[in-house]
Amino acid sequence: MAIAKETLLHAYRTMRTIREFEERVNAEIMNGQIPGFTHLYTGQEANAVGVCAHLDKSDTIISTHRGHGHCIAKGAEVSGMMKELFGSSEGLCKGKGGSMHVADIDKGILGANGIVAGGPPISVGSALAAKIRKNGKVAVSFSGDGSVNQGTCFEAMNMAVVLQAPAVFVIENNYYSEHTSINYAVGCDDLKARTEAFGFPVFVADGADFFAVHEAAGKAIAHARAGNGPAGVFAEQGRYHGHFVGDPQAYRAAGELEDLRENHCPLKNFRARMAETGELSDAELDAIDAEVMAEIEQSVTDAKAAARPTAEQVTEDVYIQYTATA
Amino acid sequence: MPEKTMRDAINEALHQAMEQDESVFVIGEDVAGCSGSAGDVGAVGGVFGVTGGIYHRWPDRCIDTPISESAIVGAAAGAALVGMRPVAEIMFADFIGVCMDQIVNQMAKFRYMFGGKSRCPAVIRFSSGGGFSAAGQHSQAMYQVMTSFPGLKVVVPSNAYDAKGLMLSAIQDDDPVLFFEPKILYQETSDVPDEMYTIPFGEANFVREGDDVTVVAFGQMVPKAAAVIDALAEEGISCDLIDPRTTSPLDENAILESVQATGRLVIVDEAPPRCGLTADIAGLAADKAFSSLKAPIKQVSAPHSPTPFSPELEAAYLPDADKISAAVKATLA
Ligand SMILES: Cc1ncc(C[n+]2csc(CCOP(=O)(O)OP(=O)(O)O)c2C)c(N)n1
Ligand SMILES: [Mg+2]
Repeated sequence: MAIAKETLLHAYRTMRTIREFEERVNAEIMNGQIPGFTHLYTGQEANAVGVCAHLDKSDTIISTHRGHGHCIAKGAEVSGMMKELFGSSEGLCKGKGGSMHVADIDKGILGANGIVAGGPPISVGSALAAKIRKNGKVAVSFSGDGSVNQGTCFEAMNMAVVLQAPAVFVIENNYYSEHTSINYAVGCDDLKARTEAFGFPVFVADGADFFAVHEAAGKAIAHARAGNGPAGVFAEQGRYHGHFVGDPQAYRAAGELEDLRENHCPLKNFRARMAETGELSDAELDAIDAEVMAEIEQSVTDAKAAARPTAEQVTEDVYIQYTATA
Repeated sequence: MPEKTMRDAINEALHQAMEQDESVFVIGEDVAGCSGSAGDVGAVGGVFGVTGGIYHRWPDRCIDTPISESAIVGAAAGAALVGMRPVAEIMFADFIGVCMDQIVNQMAKFRYMFGGKSRCPAVIRFSSGGGFSAAGQHSQAMYQVMTSFPGLKVVVPSNAYDAKGLMLSAIQDDDPVLFFEPKILYQETSDVPDEMYTIPFGEANFVREGDDVTVVAFGQMVPKAAAVIDALAEEGISCDLIDPRTTSPLDENAILESVQATGRLVIVDEAPPRCGLTADIAGLAADKAFSSLKAPIKQVSAPHSPTPFSPELEAAYLPDADKISAAVKATLA
């Protein structure tokens, strides 16, 4: 099925935004401007964008430690995110959460998450709410190939089936959990079969190909939205950076990174496809690139100038209301 | 004596224990590293490098796992129950949230529930504490929580020398031991002998000796408090600085004897205050040394809040030199 031109433009813009955001964050970490632990999504852009293309504002996503791409794809403001990463009190989370906890509940972003597989159970709760309210919403959890070995992930998958909740489990296989290969950490040979054994369909896609992810996610999300219970998406695509910035990446095969960047780039693939079909012109795409670059540059300028938090703010927002009686 | 970092001191203890006793093994996420990859298996040695080199010497006893904290702790507990001496690594103490049952309901209680008929000589290591802008899920101390559970021994080293001796004690200990490594101290050095030595549990270290005020501090707060006390000495204020080193068992006598001599007590910990170690020690002194006290006890801790991300916020969150110094002076006012 043809994808509307608006959707294509938006998808490309969003993938480019994620790419430039991440590359700039990488540079700012090297410059010592961004504190804490940061995990970059570069290379995996099509996963987030291909999935979120099917979601509207009140569908929810929950994300991971590698969450910038998911949040941008679901509509988080780039400048608010950049300020958050810089630790400003004007950041999306007032500088309280940083990279691993970017969230925007109003936009259906239930948060990046520092606990591997912390997200899937929470997403089942959001899906359950949609089922009870009969509002046709779905809840998507993103998590990595490492997360699938966590008890919370198993529990969430099984319970989503038991409750027939419209939960969509998007598993991003980038082949590693930190420094450990999926070949080691997943004991069986067929993770798709293992996951489907819970009782829901899993649609597999090449994560370097926006159109493949878009199609697989479309099937999974339609399945869940139609009231058929949960569904899964496996998107397979390596990350271009280390697990964290500064990771020596001793687990990589010789030439692996070069091959990834050269031959598995969702942005390059997207442009090649557009050149082939003629749906979008080079000029249109180049214009987006320029706009995105300017937006990212502006976000960094703004983040550097943004207000810094003060000591009184430490104890704000722990509760909504909290009064100890004397 | 050679200077070593806390990271290397613990690493050396692990190597020596494994050399000496074949029932010792390490297990956890990336304790070897790169398993199943085309790259260099064993190259990681734990994300903080504490288990570096072990895989290359003892590949069978350096075991990478999936991300499965409950199964890691459970496997350590089970192996220990049948006579092994596992040293499991949980990458961040915060992840106790994931494996709490295996620690608290299982390994902690075996011996008691089984009428004294079992042994569970497992060690679980954690990186612990704040100071990295790592926010709410990667910064917690957690040892104060775990101290409240009977059946667990809880260790919190504050320097490389202690870390090595305490780790060797932990591995030899027949009870389950939780070993919290303040991650901000991994790079800090002290003199550490090459040979094996142990430091007994329940024996506090007097880091400084003085007459006016007793200061009790834990983990990363020990070097902070020591610096404050050295500065106060210039002003003519002299303090005992007690590092309990193990929070369970706790060297109550060392604390009480010091308080009886000084009459003033300040307790410093990085964790939030409620049901924590500062309250615990304050309660101990109020109960058992009340008549010696010349001033109200002062507790210096983080506020009742999660750990914030932003560096400015975290700096305000963690106890600092000013807060420790003010507390000491308040007991003298
Ligand atoms: C409960 C828990 N265990 C361990 C970690 C440390 N950790 C952070 S990310 C990560 C690897 C996650 O791998 P995967 O799920 O494949 O996601 P990826 O990093 O590849 O995106 C690990 C082990 C954590 N944050 N939470
Ligand atoms: Mg992965």
